[in-house]
This record gives sequence, C-alpha cells and structure tokens, in this order.
Amino acid sequence: MSGLTSTGPATNPVPVGEAQNVSKSFGETKALVDVSLDVKAGECHALVGRNGAGKSTLVALFTGLNRPDTGAIRLAGEPAPAPADRGAWLARVACVYQRSMVVPPLTVAENVFLNRPVGDSRSFVNWRRLRAEAHELMLEWGFDLDVDREASTLTVEQRQIVEIARALSTGARFLILDEPTAALEKAAVDRLFDRVRRLREGGVGVLYISHHLEEIYEICQRVSVLRDGELVLAGSVSDVSQGALIAAMVGSAPPRRATEIEATRKTAGLGDVALELKQLNVVSRTGSVYDLDLAVRAGECVGLVGLQGSGSATVGDAVAGLVKTRSGSITARGVIGYVPQDRHQRGFAPQLGVDENLTHGVLARISSRLGIVSVRRRTDIARREVQRLHIVARSLDQPVASLSGGNQQKVVVGRALAAEPSVLVAINPTVGVDVASKEALLDAIAEARDRGVAVLLVSDDFEDLRVCTRLLVMVRGRVTTRFDRPPWDRQRLIGAVEALEVAV
Amino acid sequence: MTVEQAVERKAASPAPAASRDFRLVVLNWFRELTLVPVIVVLMIAGAVVNPVFFTPSNLINVAEGGAALGMVVVAESLILLTGKFDISLQGTFGLAPLLGAWLIAPKASEGLGTEWNPWLGLVVVLAVGLAVGTFNGLLVIKANFNAFIFTLAMSILLTGLQLGWLGGQTVYNLPEAFIYLGAESWFGIPVSVWVTIASFAVAALFLRYHRIGRAMYAIGGNLEAARAAGIQVDRVRIGVFMVASVLAAVGGLMQAGRVTAVTAGQGSNLIFGVFAAAVIGGISLEGGRGRMVGALTGVILLSLVTNILTLSNISSTWIDAVDGAIILIALGLAKLIGTERA
Repeated sequence: MSGLTSTGPATNPVPVGEAQNVSKSFGETKALVDVSLDVKAGECHALVGRNGAGKSTLVALFTGLNRPDTGAIRLAGEPAPAPADRGAWLARVACVYQRSMVVPPLTVAENVFLNRPVGDSRSFVNWRRLRAEAHELMLEWGFDLDVDREASTLTVEQRQIVEIARALSTGARFLILDEPTAALEKAAVDRLFDRVRRLREGGVGVLYISHHLEEIYEICQRVSVLRDGELVLAGSVSDVSQGALIAAMVGSAPPRRATEIEATRKTAGLGDVALELKQLNVVSRTGSVYDLDLAVRAGECVGLVGLQGSGSATVGDAVAGLVKTRSGSITARGVIGYVPQDRHQRGFAPQLGVDENLTHGVLARISSRLGIVSVRRRTDIARREVQRLHIVARSLDQPVASLSGGNQQKVVVGRALAAEPSVLVAINPTVGVDVASKEALLDAIAEARDRGVAVLLVSDDFEDLRVCTRLLVMVRGRVTTRFDRPPWDRQRLIGAVEALEVAV
Repeated sequence: MTVEQAVERKAASPAPAASRDFRLVVLNWFRELTLVPVIVVLMIAGAVVNPVFFTPSNLINVAEGGAALGMVVVAESLILLTGKFDISLQGTFGLAPLLGAWLIAPKASEGLGTEWNPWLGLVVVLAVGLAVGTFNGLLVIKANFNAFIFTLAMSILLTGLQLGWLGGQTVYNLPEAFIYLGAESWFGIPVSVWVTIASFAVAALFLRYHRIGRAMYAIGGNLEAARAAGIQVDRVRIGVFMVASVLAAVGGLMQAGRVTAVTAGQGSNLIFGVFAAAVIGGISLEGGRGRMVGALTGVILLSLVTNILTLSNISSTWIDAVDGAIILIALGLAKLIGTERA
C-alpha cells in the first residue's frame, strides 16, 4: 500500500464516468439541475448531500436506469450506451446498493458470473471453469472468500465483496458504492477501506456515497456536494474543511430554520422512570445497537438522533417488541404507544376507516366481555383523537388509504395515543407530511409529554427535535453525544450525527 | 464466524481452485437424498404388509403410477423454482388428452366422430398444453395476475370443459399410436417410466448446466438481482409456464394410455399430490431452491405410499386420510433432518 491516501494525481486522464451538465425532473420536482461531475480512474470521489439532495437520481443516471432530460452521461470516455442495452451498461459501470443484489441460493462463484457465460459455450455452464475463474478473480483483487459457499450464508460484508467482484468481472472500472458502510461494524469498515484502496491501485474509479463524513476524509480524494439537486461544492478533499462541507450540505439557514432549534426547556415536573433500557444489544440488518443504557422519565421527551443504519430506529422497534434483542433488558411501565417508521407497512390498514384504525390498539377496551365491539365507544374514542390531531376526513369511516399523507400519519399517531400510553415511542413521526400536519403532530406529541407520558422520539428531522427535552446522538449503534439542555445547536448536532469533530 | 481474515493479501494462500470442498459436495447430496431412508422404511413396511409388494409386476405397477405423476412434478418444480406456481396443470393433464382423444375416436366410443389421424391427435394434445401454458404465463407474468387465484380459476375452467364436453362419459377404444406411451413396454418396463426418468434427467442436467436453467434459479432466488444482471426474467418465466403445461399434457397422455381411455375425472385432485411430492422433495415454495433428484424421491415416496395403502387392508374410504397423514409425517422428517424444505 503506497501512500495513496494523499491526493495523488490520477494516472489516467480519461474519466471512467462523467456527467456533463445533466438535469432531471420528475413531474414538478427538479431532482437534478445542471450537475457536472467526473470520476477518474484510480480515484475515490465522494458524493454527499442530505436525503433528497439528488444523489440517488445521479446514480440512476450513471447506471442507465434513468436518462437525463438534458446533458449527457459518458462512461469510459465514450457516450453512454442505449438504455436497453443492459449488457453494455453492466460492462462499464456497477453500483453496489444497500439492498442486496445477491441471489441467496446460489454459490459465490455463480453470483459473481450471474448470467454471463464462462468458457467456450454460451449456453452451457462449465462449472470447473466458473469456479476457477471466480477463485482467480478473488485472488487477483485479494478478496478472501470461498467461491463455493452458498450466498445465503454470507455476512453483509461478504455479500458486498460478491457484488464488487461481480462488477470487476464484467470489466467495469467505474464502481458506485452507495452507503457501503451503513450496515458494517468498525473492523469491517476498515477492511472495506483496504479493499477500496486496492481497487484504486488497480485503476478502478469509485464514486463513494456516504453520510459518514469522516470516511470521506479517510479514503476519498475529491468530494462533490449536492443540495436540492444542485452541485453546491466540488473540490479536493484536502481543500475542503469539515465545516465548509457541512455548511454546503445544510445551506444558508433560511429565516425559519435558525441555527439554533428552539425547544421547550423542562427540568421540573418530571415523574418516575417509565421506560428503562439496560445494556441493550440488538443485532439487525438495518442497524445494530450495542450496550445502550437509557432511562426516560414521565413527562420528558428524549430525542434519539442518528443516520439510517445508526441503530436509532432499531431501539424504537425493540421497545415496541418488534425485533429480538440479543441481550439486555427493556422495562416499561404501563402501555407502550408505538408510531412505526414506515406508516404504509406498519401504520394502518388502508381499506379500513379512520375510526377502526384509531381503535385497533384498544379493541379490548371498546368491546364487551363476549367480544362484541361497541360502535358507540369506538366512535367516542375516534372522535376524541380526530379532534386532538385535527384529522381532516369526510367521515369517521372514510378509508385511511384515501386520506392525504399528513392525515394518514395523524391516524397512525392517534392510534398510538388512543391507548392512553404511559410510554410513547415514535420513529420519524413527521416524515413526508406537509407543514400544517407537522405542527399538529408535534403539538400532539408535546401535549402527551406534558400530560406525563414518557416520550422516546427517534428522528433525523431536526424540526421534530423542538419537542424534545434532551437529545442522544447515535453513531454505529452507540450513543456518542448527549445534548442536555435546549436550544440545540444545528451545526454541532449535524457534526455529532455525521460523526465529525466540529470546531465551533 | 467470518471466513474473511482481518487482512487480505494478494499473496493469499493459493488454495486449490479446482478441487471443490468434498464435504460440501457430500452435504449437498445428503440434503437431496433426505427421503431415501424414509423410502427404505416404506419398502420394508410394504413387504410386511403384503408379500405381493416385492413382486416385479407390483413394482412396475408402482413405477407406472408414478410416471404420470412424475411428469407433472417435473413441470410444477420448474415453475416453483422461478418463484411461481400453476394449479391448472391438473386441468391440462385431463383436458389435453381428452381433446386429442375426442377428435380421433369414433362416435361409438364417445368421440366427436371426426376420426382424425391419431398422430394429428397427438399434436392436438401437445398444442393444447402449449396454448394453456402460454395463456397462463402471459396473464400471470405480463398482466401480473396473482398466480394462485388465476391458475385456480383456470383449473376449474379446464376441468369444467372436460366434464361438459364428455357429459360424464368416457372416451375409449383409442388407437395404438395414441396409447403407445402409456400402454407399451421397452425391456419389460413401461415406456412411460422411461420417458419420465428421461424427463427428470434432462430437467436436472438443464437446470444444472444450461444458462437458462441457472437463470431460473437466479429469478426465483432474487428477482431484482436477476433483472439487474440482464436476465430476461419475463421471457424465461413465461417460457417455463409453456414447457410445464406441455409436460403436464404428456403426463395426461401417459395416464390415458395406461387405462386406454380418457375419463371425465382424469386429473382432478392430482395437483395436491404434485405439490406434496415437490415440496417433500425439497423444492422450495419460495423459489430458487431445490433439485430434480429431490423431487424424484418425493414422487417415489408418494407412489409407494399409495401402493402400500392399496395393498393393505385399509378400507378405501380411509385411504385419503392416511395419505395426508403420511405426507405430514414426511414433511416433519424432512424438517428434522435439517433441510429447509416445507
């Protein structure tokens, strides 16, 4: 490993991938506006931006899944292939997504050469050659992985290796890594970095997408920042300070978004501990949790802040009893109300009415001893929640599927509150809703807090944090920073979430 | 737990690439042959139940009964591997030979009276299979109908047509060429058995060594990954539906030849045994997992059970119940031995 961590000049002047003034709109939404970016052979180019900044759209353009409205994509110095010619795209560019593209029942070797003939025959598989070539490829790039293993037995890290090997075997020298470290442990991240360095030595150009900014300083040479579909910063990593990077991602704060987030200061009037987690360990694909200790008192709202994969949402699911814990304990007093992360998957029964959805958690309370549901009691409870959250519906029995996103989310929160919980766990409760709905939702949560509910609010939306009385920041499954008294400093908060030491 | 070492080096130990881990190979075969001990136990039980069991004529009888079932199991297994299924294979199993027989048999033996050339009748049988398979494939894959409810409806329709056309009668007195497959023998073993064994073998080799066979596993294992790899997933899946229906039609032809007639009820309730044999044999209902060898052991097991029950003194009205119980026991055993089937 020669000192390639310094910004060595690219050996090959031809970029392996290049976007020239590309723009892309989806209906009214401008996903990308006049973005130019190139990745040279032997370099690792970081692409950063907050959610919705346009990173995924750019990846879709680079991999041929979408076409730019204007501008052009060039791969390996040539114009991009025709959209239908998947084979040509695969031979030039490959993206390792967070969602696995490995076929579990097949072996590693077969996954590497998926749908590509090895040997003389185009139609028949020569197993000996297939395995030998996969093995050789692994040796060539220094990947130590048994090519005969069934892919279903592989770890996340090993699946990534399979996908990288697959890309390399097609001859593609432009590799896009989409949040490759999100589900990896620290040691695995280090091994990934070794691998990326080896790829660069081998002349591969990498477009590296990550929320973890410290990784960018470790293995990337250049960085481009997207914000609201525009390229707002591009340059050599050594020239861009961490503060400048964050400033570019966040943008100049609009008036409503002050640098400090106002939040209710609350110290008096706290009750007993209503929710207590002790040495909690959870192993999860979507973010593991290690040795977490946390106590939430009645009347306080603890904000748990972290990136996707940081484990913050896993904590919420664990408290709700939806994921198995490996060790540690969760003690809750009374009923737990739960607002799931994905309202469409776990939030409501779309064809049923507002009233039924609101009372799914309290069926025992509104039915007689024989199990007959009292319509009157159901209506009472539903009406109360509709008023509390300002749910806009034609009638109480309107199917939730036909409500607006904001009102759907209010139903989900209302369902949790209808059970009159003593603990409320809410994961991203205001994601994808309009401003007015957001206000109503946050007000309802704040009101519950003031009534003496212990609230655990998991969110990566800083607006949500104004109802919190203290914050915990999670990075890679551990609490790394605590904010005990509001207001929250936006810059420091982002620095903590993105795992950066920000000199303020 | 990781095979991966903390530091990988280019000079990694030059592990021999071509020599596959012997234990893996054995383990894979062991998985596929889970049912062999069960089959051995069944054979012993058969011998105990009735001495007739081990006579050549009875064993040939078992094989012949399994042949028609086996054709449909091959067909269903192919579809299951790609992550779909087809209930209407049993309808094709009945309707395809019926249409062929109807067009060639004289009016006196419940035919239509057209008295076509028997070879033309055979073409009709295969064509019906192809047509039904194409229709199913297009509507399930392209139009995205739910495979369960769509092929169930098709099955009811096909069986209904069979019953309606025949009016409950049986087409008999079929020409030699039409019943050859089910009635003749080569070297003392019925042609149908040879053909079914050949079908299993060809399917197994195709799945193992042909590109499209491997693509089928990829499609069933991870549809998105298969699509991203450039596999024409829709084309392959529709093709599999077509091939499967043709195989089911051939299976129906075997059955017709065996009894030298096509009854109005041919094929009804067949599909449950087909699914049972495939699943006991290790073909995953989720797709992407399973091998033909396993499916074949499933067919053998089921045929033996049917035969032994017939030979035993169990009252015929109880046979279905015992049949079901034995399938459940076989599923439990397969699970115990540690394969992921069922």
